[in-house]
Amino acid sequence: MSALLEVEQLEVGFGSRTSAVRGTSLTVERGETHCLVGESGCGKSVTALAIMNLLARGGYRRARRLSFQGNDLLKLDDRGMARLRGNAMAMIFQEPMTSLNPAYTVGSQMTEVLRRHKGASQRAATDRAADLLARVGITAPGLRLGQFPHQLSGGLRQRVMIAMALMCDPQLLIADEPTTALDVTVQAQILRLLAELQRDLGLGMLLITHDLGIVARVATRVSVMYAGEVVESAATAQLFADPKHPYTQGLLRCVPVPGKQRQDEPLGSIPGTVPRIDPGFEGCGFRERCTFADASCAHAVPQQTAAPGHDYLCRLAP
Amino acid sequence: MLNFLTRRLIVAFLVAATVMTLAFVLTRLSGDLATSIAGANATQADIEAIRKAYGLDRPVLTQFFDWVGRALTGDLGNSYFFQTRVSTLIAERMPVTLTLGVTGLVIALFVSIPLGILAAVREGTSFDRAVQMVALLGQAMPSFWLGLLLMITFGLQLGWLPISGTGSWQNFVMPGVVLAFSAIPALTRLTRAGMIQAMGSDYIRTARAKGLSRASILLKHALRNAAIPVVAIAAVQLGFMLGGSIVIEQVFALHGVGFLAWESIAKNDFPVVQAVVLVLAVIYVALTMVADLMNAVLDPRLRV
Repeated sequence: MSALLEVEQLEVGFGSRTSAVRGTSLTVERGETHCLVGESGCGKSVTALAIMNLLARGGYRRARRLSFQGNDLLKLDDRGMARLRGNAMAMIFQEPMTSLNPAYTVGSQMTEVLRRHKGASQRAATDRAADLLARVGITAPGLRLGQFPHQLSGGLRQRVMIAMALMCDPQLLIADEPTTALDVTVQAQILRLLAELQRDLGLGMLLITHDLGIVARVATRVSVMYAGEVVESAATAQLFADPKHPYTQGLLRCVPVPGKQRQDEPLGSIPGTVPRIDPGFEGCGFRERCTFADASCAHAVPQQTAAPGHDYLCRLAP
Repeated sequence: MLNFLTRRLIVAFLVAATVMTLAFVLTRLSGDLATSIAGANATQADIEAIRKAYGLDRPVLTQFFDWVGRALTGDLGNSYFFQTRVSTLIAERMPVTLTLGVTGLVIALFVSIPLGILAAVREGTSFDRAVQMVALLGQAMPSFWLGLLLMITFGLQLGWLPISGTGSWQNFVMPGVVLAFSAIPALTRLTRAGMIQAMGSDYIRTARAKGLSRASILLKHALRNAAIPVVAIAAVQLGFMLGGSIVIEQVFALHGVGFLAWESIAKNDFPVVQAVVLVLAVIYVALTMVADLMNAVLDPRLRV
């Protein structure tokens, strides 16, 4: 059986000047959480939007393969894609404060998904919405259904977004930094909720984050993105134990581990910033910031396998 | 909500009071009323007689409070020229003006909202640029001139529509179009801008991620938010149209309130002029309140 979501050599660009994603490949299996990590501007969100075909105007995508449950998404037109979105594949966003329509009640926005995709009656859809609000830990769901987004806190709104994404029992949930805009205690609650839902409902989840602490807690697999490429991909334990790519190693050095760090030892950081990648860029995107870089890094970089299921994009030996 | 209403009512009352004062002061500033009513050939004795008869010999403040007090009870005084009550005159003429204004607004909305949506959806295309060009032209075109052009083309050359009078609905088509033309540019641009802003918002991305149909995304989710400023401006535009119909009613010889105002100014029938200004201002204030209320209906965040 084919994987839930297969992305091969995805390329995304905006206009002719910048390429945001260049040859990203990743696979999400049923019932697993695949984390996509990397710093701001490395192409994580754009990858997610490209999968859903939600790129902003002027954005284009190309891929060798983009399939969901064995269906080729590249062949689907807008209508075909709309039939999948919100139905078999759902997405939640980074901005809970602005992602709900201010003019409609929570109930109206939740029920319209089920009515559209499953042809449910308003009554059945309302019941389902109330059940899901309760499921995501919202008390007094009946009351909340009649409220408008501006009457809810950020954490509640994100819970509503999650419940709304679950209305049609999706197979795949793409969560684009769902906790970034929330305060720390709420972040933990939302993450715990997502992990629980993923386990209980058997969801395949693509979780985008820049927080390695989150990755360690919830991910089955991790793909590390840098400058529009997946530079390393492995099972979570494997990646944390034996990072191969210098960027991954650098990232891991930036995470404080209680007890392991000595008081006088400074926390690591990676100097420099993500470069702007123009079309026609060759070689390793990280070479400007890499301590191991030499002249050969300006040419095409080989993909190497450190262990079964652990690939990385660097000329350095495993 | 009650708070919201009370605040708006207080503001409305203050605006009405200001307008009453201005209307009174401005008619007084136009010269000695008794002299102009009496006409060029009147003797000094005639003028004095008129001054006494109309109470113009009393102190200005007494005249003002007398007028305000009567206006509050609905008595707007008597017309010097028509020899009838001003309120009767206005009530007779109002239907024509209201029909004209509402016709103009309906035409304007039916043209500008679809145009605005289409221009927004095709932002940056030649269609969008054409719409904006037409909007610019419309804003620059004087309405009496457009009225005359339409009259010549559709009234005289093609003979499709009557060029004057208020006999049937057909009489309102051309003046309605002319009046609408003054509102279309602003409403189209506002719809376009609102739709472009809404279409780029996060909640529209959510609506797309939910797999909603294009119609639902555009008309339910985007237009509802884009409509909020459009409704406010549309109500204000209706106020402008009712006031601005002075010119159009003159061009098309429609005997509405605007025509009445025109006649009364020419004849120095100042109780009528004062009253027309007051009535139009009150309607304008009422429309602004309606706009606020409709905004509150459309935007739940305002219902505090």
